[in-house]
Amino acid sequence: MTVLTDTATAGAPAPVFYVADEHEHPEGSSTYLGFWIYVMSDCLIFACLFATFGVLGGNFAAGPAPKDVFELPIVAVNTAMLLLSSITYGFSMLAMDKNKVGATLGWLVVTALFGAAFVGIELHEFAGLIHEGATPQRSAFLSSFFTLVGTHGLHVTSGLVWMVVLMVQVATKGLVQANKRRLLCLSMFWHFLDVVWIGVFTFVYLLGMLR
Amino acid sequence: MNPTLQKEIFGRLTLDAIPYHEPILIVTFIGVAVAGLVVLGAITYLRAWGYLWKEWFTSVDHKKIGVMYLVLATIMLLRGFADALMMRMQQALASDGGQGYLPAHHYDQIFTAHGVIMIFFVAMPFVTGLINLVMPLQIGARDVSFPFLNSFSFWMTVAGAVLTMISLFVGEYARTGWLAYPPLSEAAYSADAGVDYYIWGLQIAGIGTLLSGINMICTIVKLRAPGMTLMRMPVFTWTALCTNILIVAAFPVLTAVLALLSLDRYLGFNFFSNDFGGNPMMYVNLIWIWGHPEVYILILPAFGVFSEVTATFSGKRLFGYTSMVYATLVITILSYLVWLHHFFTMGSGSSVNSFFGITTMIISIPTGAKMFNWLFTMYRGRIRFEVPMMWTIAFMLTFVLGGMTGVMLAVPPADFVLHNSLFLIAHFHNVIIGGVLFGMFAGVNYWFPKAFGFKLDPFWGKMSFWFWVSGFYFAFMPLYVLGFMGVTRRLRVIDDPSLHIWFLIAAFGAVLVLIGIASFLIQIAVSFKNREALADTTGDPWNGRTLEWSTSSPPPAYNFAFTPVVHDIDAWWDMKQHGYVRPLEGFKPIHMPKNTAAGLILAAFATIFGFAMIWHIWWLAIGSFAAAIATGIAHTFNYHRDFYIPAAEIADTESERTQVLSAKA
Amino acid sequence: MSLDAHALDESDHGHHDDGPPHGTLQSYLIGFGLSVVLTAIPFWLIMSNIIANKALAAITVMAFAFVQIIVHVIYFLHVDFKSERGWTIMTFIFTVVILFITLSGSLWVMYHLTSNMAPTSAVMRQMP
Repeated sequence: MTVLTDTATAGAPAPVFYVADEHEHPEGSSTYLGFWIYVMSDCLIFACLFATFGVLGGNFAAGPAPKDVFELPIVAVNTAMLLLSSITYGFSMLAMDKNKVGATLGWLVVTALFGAAFVGIELHEFAGLIHEGATPQRSAFLSSFFTLVGTHGLHVTSGLVWMVVLMVQVATKGLVQANKRRLLCLSMFWHFLDVVWIGVFTFVYLLGMLR
Repeated sequence: MNPTLQKEIFGRLTLDAIPYHEPILIVTFIGVAVAGLVVLGAITYLRAWGYLWKEWFTSVDHKKIGVMYLVLATIMLLRGFADALMMRMQQALASDGGQGYLPAHHYDQIFTAHGVIMIFFVAMPFVTGLINLVMPLQIGARDVSFPFLNSFSFWMTVAGAVLTMISLFVGEYARTGWLAYPPLSEAAYSADAGVDYYIWGLQIAGIGTLLSGINMICTIVKLRAPGMTLMRMPVFTWTALCTNILIVAAFPVLTAVLALLSLDRYLGFNFFSNDFGGNPMMYVNLIWIWGHPEVYILILPAFGVFSEVTATFSGKRLFGYTSMVYATLVITILSYLVWLHHFFTMGSGSSVNSFFGITTMIISIPTGAKMFNWLFTMYRGRIRFEVPMMWTIAFMLTFVLGGMTGVMLAVPPADFVLHNSLFLIAHFHNVIIGGVLFGMFAGVNYWFPKAFGFKLDPFWGKMSFWFWVSGFYFAFMPLYVLGFMGVTRRLRVIDDPSLHIWFLIAAFGAVLVLIGIASFLIQIAVSFKNREALADTTGDPWNGRTLEWSTSSPPPAYNFAFTPVVHDIDAWWDMKQHGYVRPLEGFKPIHMPKNTAAGLILAAFATIFGFAMIWHIWWLAIGSFAAAIATGIAHTFNYHRDFYIPAAEIADTESERTQVLSAKA
Repeated sequence: MSLDAHALDESDHGHHDDGPPHGTLQSYLIGFGLSVVLTAIPFWLIMSNIIANKALAAITVMAFAFVQIIVHVIYFLHVDFKSERGWTIMTFIFTVVILFITLSGSLWVMYHLTSNMAPTSAVMRQMP
């Protein structure tokens, strides 16, 4: 029990300068804030990539323009994959709150499948573009397109790797505090990627069709 | 060997990369090799490897990590200063009609490496080292929020430094200047490994810095002692908080822009190329969005040091605490609104230039407020001219001068004349040496006894001080003159013999600084030798005001046996005023993180990865990257990274200290 | 974050730090539903070419994105004024400010630089 008194009034008890009976900081008490700040820094990397796309995205160098290479239906499907993966991750977290290991893992698997579908479709899109000659080397527009969208895809891929590792850890050690903490951090990461995707499909694909 | 097979195994690394034909480098290599063998031999002879590994390299203790950062900074200072000496010599010899002794090829690498090393591997580690060593103690915490990450951050910084140093002997360094502007830094114009050494050294060190930023912010936000509200934190901690906010907000931009440059170089993308729609000016824009906050990252902690030192050695509470805090916060925000002043001349036009010129002038105001606060702190104080205070006074005079030339440069029409002249070089050295470096020397002298248990020898400290300060003025005041006379930066040969005298004076200044650095090294050696006489037995050698002085020197691993409770600014002063008595019983076991080699191993893989990417050794790049990922994942399977120090052990440590304190009394 | 003596609470007296705020099934479903609608409409607007004025179409679509980001931030990331004693929302707002400066600053500066310094932009676009 700590006693905090100020020295303002004369005759008041002497101030206490140390915590005699300490409850230590709970394990991992900084982790959520720390990971959130990391997510904010990742946001700023994307900000630079968006700024670059904003500045260079109109430089087609007499090469393909967005209308020539973007297929909005595929982008819509991909957006659906990511959005669905967000809600299924949410369901996983609800199961985790109730300490249901099986349901947590189950929804994580579904999330991973949606995420993998997203990456797969995106790779397919990239392959198609490259096949048609719309390579990242062709113009500054394409360089910035591939980099922005590709960086997002790499983040999703990293998230999937992390998800698999966590699934193994939850399956073997159960929903201990450390694993719950990690799942919540991955949750922040995963939803953040969906937020970035909103920016991508809006500023790259939808606005691109208007150029 | 079959050339294709050789390329598969060694990438573009060939024996030609070893600079056999460069006598300066051969001599350097011999010197480094001999010195290295002596050091390694000494450690082996003293059987200290086990000790170093267990107590330092695998440590996750912020105090140890802080010291290691400071050691790294000092070593790299020697390398960076060697570059400076070489440049001064070259310009002194080549301003009188001669050609000097350095070929252009070599000279260009020297000025590039000098800038990179001084900013990234001297100034940043100094700043990070002091923050690591001091801040957790000042807030009454036992360590930072993420001790393992702290170790990892340190070793990643070392990795970046190692890669930069390797470029001396394997291949060459970049010849682009410390910011590596395209198109010169693109593959078409810098095809060799130099720019890649630059990129990977900074990317790897940058990861360490960014993670350290997150770590320190969380520490200050979450781990302050009870009663230490934000407005009761020491000013050094405030500057540490703002510095790390700047780090987290700025370094991602550096990461992104260097990645874009890498994509151009490695994969032929067209971000900054001259053709296919690229725009090199975008690089300049982005790199300075990072670059300007970076210089505030360097200076704010120095301001923090000066606030602590001034208050302590004036025997008075810091004047205007609240305005100091707000000035720091204002500087933090404004530092994001001035970046274009680094390229007024690139052609953005008068509307853009005037906006940024005005914001640049505005940002000098909070710093001015701080100056007055320091002066008012000293006013009617009982000033003790210990070495840290001497550095502080020199700072006040020197930094104001440099700041004023900065305000001159903030005026776009004036900048059109002075941009990239020696005037600019004089300005930024004025503020970085007079501000950052003097602050670091003040901080090192001030907190050295806390870290090691004995003070630094004052005589050699004063020697170092006088030679540094006089050396600085002799070296850089001529550069202001030369800049006005129209001399451009980074010149290897200067055609106007009437300017020769200024270059001679500048070279003389560099020699004085050399003596100053030598004095610093002697100071350390002499202090170690006389450590009994210089011992700090109380933990409070300067009659300090903040919580770090309440601990022993050095503090125990757990910092505080009982977490302090804070009631006021200058918490330790407050405790002393109230006749605080250390509790001698009732100790509880303390939860501590275990040491680990994981950070070092990860950084070792990162170094190998960097080297492989530089030399296009793809199999090694993939392998080391995979190994790093695997190590990281394996580390996460370790759920037992902590232990408890038993109460009995704490009781023993504390009673030893009680004995020392009563013997002294 | 507190500027008063309640910093004491950060070293707890038994007060359990739950970590980040959690969602409920209802909040996740609301967020999901809103996101679906806020995604479908802009896609439809662009794909069907309903808005003739390109500038207006662009602004409309950007507005939908902005709103959907807020929806994600509230319903999926659970950002509120209370989590981490206000530091979550503060760091978020700070990041948004820096983001805005980086984006708008870069666009403004680069627009001026390019129009003053590059070969005429029409030429640039056509150059291979």
